[in-house]
Amino acid sequence: MDVSGQRKVIVIPCSGIGKAFGSISREATYEVTENLRKDTTQTLCLALLVSGDEESLRLVRNNKCITVDGCPLQCAEKNVKLAGGNLAGSLRVIDAYKENRRLKPRSVTFLDPDGRQMAAALAERIAKKVDELLGGL
Amino acid sequence: MEAQEKKVGIISCSGEERVEGTISRVATRLVLGKLRPNETVTICLPLFLAGGREEREFARDYPTITVDGCDKMCAKIATERYSGKPASTIVVTDTLKNYQCPKLSSRRKLNDETLAVARKVADRIAEEVDEVLKHWV
Repeated sequence: MDVSGQRKVIVIPCSGIGKAFGSISREATYEVTENLRKDTTQTLCLALLVSGDEESLRLVRNNKCITVDGCPLQCAEKNVKLAGGNLAGSLRVIDAYKENRRLKPRSVTFLDPDGRQMAAALAERIAKKVDELLGGL
Repeated sequence: MEAQEKKVGIISCSGEERVEGTISRVATRLVLGKLRPNETVTICLPLFLAGGREEREFARDYPTITVDGCDKMCAKIATERYSGKPASTIVVTDTLKNYQCPKLSSRRKLNDETLAVARKVADRIAEEVDEVLKHWV
């Protein structure tokens, strides 16, 4: 819930640092929280949540959460569940990849055009999920 | 007994919420990809925190350098809690005090000034890597 008392959907990307899919999960999250649905969503640091930070725990328990994972280990989803968070949606970069197989993102530190395009496609999926959840708030 | 391969683990905070988190990730990637590619590896922090066995064992058996975006120091605390004391600790907000950076950019896309800061943090990490390797026994 933000300062105005409005509930928000918390979008939590995985923090993958070694592969392009981790960067794509973050970029898609930023596209949603800073652009597509900036008034109704926010993100948080996954590592801070997992460290037991009380404010982060409160946020994920009191608001609906969408996790966005870059690899099959699904750290974001697992950690939100472990934190007792209100997990309402779980998306994976691989799902966006399956619909955009021609894209071959390679760059990790700064996404290449294919990576940015895949992130944009994933962001649309996240935004759609946000709308579904807000309809039920 | 076969000699242990000399590798230093760089553990970056994920810091999705703050530009300092982005700086720590970009700096870490610059070290891994350009400055010390043969001497370093990285560990995905949320996986490490979630109980990734291989990650924890690596951090216990090999020297690590933690790179945190803010003074909550998730990477340092997690490493100390689950594996052992890091060989060196870098906090971006502390490092920023030493550099003139008029205005940091957004967390999503680093401007030239903020990227220059990330490069300086990367140089500092590389220096610490060299120190660790110099004292390797």
